[in-house]
Amino acid sequence: MHIPDGYLSPATCAVLYASSAPFWYVALRRLKRWLSTRLIPLLSVFAAFSFLVMMINLPLPGGTTGHALGVAIATIVLGPWASILALSIALLIQALFFGDGGITTLGANCFNMAIVGSLVAYFVYRLLAGRAAITSSRRIVAAALAGYTAINASAFCAAVEFGIQPLLFKDASGAPLYAPYPLSIAIPAMMIGHLSFAGLAEMVLSGGVVAYFQRANPSLLELTAPGATRGDEKPPHRVSQGAWSAVRPLWIALGLLLALTPLGILAGGAAWGEWRARDFSQAAARRRIAAASRNLAPPPQAPQGLERLYSVWTAPFPQYAPAFVRRPALGYLLSAMFGSGIIILIFLIVSSLFARGRGPREADSMKSHTGEG
Amino acid sequence: MNFVERTLSSLVNAMERALYAEELAKSDGLLQRLDPRVKVIGILTLVVASAVAHRLWVMGVIFAVAVTLAVMSRVPFGILAKRVWVAILMFTGVIALPAPFLVPGREVWRLPGLDWPVTAQGLASACYLVARVETAATLSVLLILCTPWSHVLKALRVLGVPVVFVVTLGMTYRYILLLLQTAHDMFESRRSRMVGKLEGPERRRVAASSAGVLMSKTLQLSGDVYSAMLSRGFRGEVYVLDDFQTSKIDWIMLAVFVVLASGGFYFGL
Repeated sequence: MHIPDGYLSPATCAVLYASSAPFWYVALRRLKRWLSTRLIPLLSVFAAFSFLVMMINLPLPGGTTGHALGVAIATIVLGPWASILALSIALLIQALFFGDGGITTLGANCFNMAIVGSLVAYFVYRLLAGRAAITSSRRIVAAALAGYTAINASAFCAAVEFGIQPLLFKDASGAPLYAPYPLSIAIPAMMIGHLSFAGLAEMVLSGGVVAYFQRANPSLLELTAPGATRGDEKPPHRVSQGAWSAVRPLWIALGLLLALTPLGILAGGAAWGEWRARDFSQAAARRRIAAASRNLAPPPQAPQGLERLYSVWTAPFPQYAPAFVRRPALGYLLSAMFGSGIIILIFLIVSSLFARGRGPREADSMKSHTGEG
Repeated sequence: MNFVERTLSSLVNAMERALYAEELAKSDGLLQRLDPRVKVIGILTLVVASAVAHRLWVMGVIFAVAVTLAVMSRVPFGILAKRVWVAILMFTGVIALPAPFLVPGREVWRLPGLDWPVTAQGLASACYLVARVETAATLSVLLILCTPWSHVLKALRVLGVPVVFVVTLGMTYRYILLLLQTAHDMFESRRSRMVGKLEGPERRRVAASSAGVLMSKTLQLSGDVYSAMLSRGFRGEVYVLDDFQTSKIDWIMLAVFVVLASGGFYFGL
């Protein structure tokens, strides 16, 4: 995925250098504040590691081997900002001294792999790992999927950069000046390889290294696992105040979404494919179905299977409008509250069942492993 | 070859390339004699000129300049051919191969047997891509092969790269060589202990654990380096000795680079 010189126009390269610059600046500022004089040795040695990890040949299922970028594992151990800088330095060294990746395209390579890769890996890992214990197998799965998603997000960015070249940069005869293939070819061509082999290599490395650290050195996983326990310790007592502050944004977002549900009334007609059996016999409804289906006339009668199954279940609030409510907006709101309430209730029951099986745990404080190095 | 041997081979190749570049940078040739700042500016402007060019002949001229510089700097043709020209043909050439058939335009020929149309625009776009990549890569490799890495890094300061980055890059390069050796030793010792074949999941576990061990060693090394720096009086400020001196030939070559790159911009657009 290291884009060599000549594949991207100078204008694209300039835009991607400019897009990367704010991330480098913010990362440097944050790390300087955090690491102070420790910054230079940590970054330089870790950039050297990032360079080396790309050389390790990973055995993949099916008998082949592949190379990984190591972006997810760098992010999980160092955090996204240090990972952005360490990978960018490794990419610069690769371009300058080993001819892997171009000099004019360095900004693009850093943007795709170091910046997008690190940030995607971080968010996917945090989202999937949640507050699972450090030694939980959920973290291995989260790391593997973070690596897989990150490498594919990077490849997708590179594919889009390739794909826009023939649209924007042509000579007088119309011949593309840089990467010649449009998005319709560039995206599948890049993604097939990354969704399979490269993604798999990244998955094996990220999941495997996290599994190794869980056995050998769990403290290295603590930086991106705030609030997680070691696994061999007891879980924290839920303090209602702390629990509320942690999920408060979610409750506020849920409240807002509930309040906005009447907006659904603004959309006219039925959603495509969500037709009732009787719509097939009504002229007005048939016209709407045909208009939404590229003027293909619907069958003269409702399909037999649809007609048979349609009457199996009759919803208590059909069309999000309980029979006793006259105003549709109020009906939407009540339906939303009722639906969300049932879902929350189910989750409360399930979580109380799980909690009974586990017992209380205690929170572990996060500590910085880099200072111990 | 199993994955341990393949990894060993990549590590040894990287070490060889780094050491070869150091050796060649010491030899007596035109580019080796130039001030690194002139080289960095000159070669980068030629790379940009080749990236901007909209005409094939302009790229051809810049490529010819790169080959002339290689001859005058005693860079063996075999190295350039193997490491750059053939390697790029194998990669970019394969990527460009379908372009004559896929890029829409004026049909100039039909592939016998398959009856696929070949377009003039497709042929031109494939040539643009290969010529541009070959030219830029030849120039970049010349910079790498004819300049000691520490000089390239110091010369980056003229491009406005902050001193903290220059120092970090220098240390990174040094520790790449050290960690290459460490990784090589790790995989060599693993190979020497292996008899028979490992199953797939075990192979993956070994590879991932090796990466994990290397990462733990890296963090340990970072702590050791930091302690060593502190014990030598490091307080966060970094200084770089700028010991470059320009001579007459540097100014002449700078003028040559500027004229060539300006010509490239003028005729290429």
